[in-house]
Amino acid sequence: MKFRIYRYDPEKDSSPYMKDYDVALEPSDRMLLDALVRIKSQDDSLSLRRSCREGVCGSDAMNINGKNGLACITKLADLREPVELRPLPGLPVIRDLIVDMSQFFKQYHSIRPYLRNEEPPPERERLQSPAEREELDGLYECILCACCSTACPSFWWNPDKFVGPAGLLAAYRFIADSRDQATNDRLDDLEDPYRLFRCHSIMNCVDVCPKGLNPTHAIGKIKEVMVKRMV
Amino acid sequence: MVKRIPVGAHYGLRDWLVQRVTAVVMAVYAVVLFLVLLTQRPSGFEAWKALFACQWMRLATLLFLLSLFWHAWVGMRDILMDYVHATGARLVLQVGVILLLVAYGLWSIQILWSIN
Repeated sequence: MKFRIYRYDPEKDSSPYMKDYDVALEPSDRMLLDALVRIKSQDDSLSLRRSCREGVCGSDAMNINGKNGLACITKLADLREPVELRPLPGLPVIRDLIVDMSQFFKQYHSIRPYLRNEEPPPERERLQSPAEREELDGLYECILCACCSTACPSFWWNPDKFVGPAGLLAAYRFIADSRDQATNDRLDDLEDPYRLFRCHSIMNCVDVCPKGLNPTHAIGKIKEVMVKRMV
Repeated sequence: MVKRIPVGAHYGLRDWLVQRVTAVVMAVYAVVLFLVLLTQRPSGFEAWKALFACQWMRLATLLFLLSLFWHAWVGMRDILMDYVHATGARLVLQVGVILLLVAYGLWSIQILWSIN
């Protein structure tokens, strides 16, 4: 199977280039990550991140034939040849398919992604009704692979100011949580032309999310709560 | 002067709402205008003049134009925020856009009420 992979080692290369690979796959190689591991066994200079190899850790996010996705859950059979692999767009490249995710995590941390509740913790746990728990479905499953944020032009343009789809999905996850008491604070923090309102609902995030989540919907919900608060 | 990038202007919801409301106003006006033109079929200068001599038509058109300008302001600011990075240049351009749009608004009133 033919591959074209983005290569760049800042210590050796003056500029990035695309390298062609033709690998003989084994019948057990079903996912893109299997092929990448096989390529790496032939050319160990190829660098990439991977860990759980089953779509849970979010390490092996990359741009696959022009669309962001996780290599470990992308079927080889569905890919057009030559399979063109590039690092996630919009983030600084450290080497080959490895990008510097600092900016992405900085935005994630900026929404304070943890439960804020001033009451003393109860003996066992803070209980929720099944309906309250259901509110979190489609929000808590995010694995922070950065496929969505790095597919978002607003994040490319303003990665230092726009929280991005992943961060905003997480923000709504805590706004929607019945146990969180900082809703007002969270809304105040997001009421900003850059932090939230750079989103123009083009839905690239929804298109690429490997977990099938819908950040645009969550962002719409945040706006809805803000309108409710204001009107 | 801080080197860090400050964010947190605490506005945006109003503009986002305004963009939606003005879009609805423009859409409704477009449909109404289409129906009026379809039913009255004004042909020639006199018929058009008579149509815009009605007070309700003038008011509806003015509402449409003001919505258009307000909508344009929100959109133009978004563009300037994305593409003009120097604060001074952005401020000058934003003020320029506001002044231009206000002038357009006043000009629209003059045009609409000069028909009689």
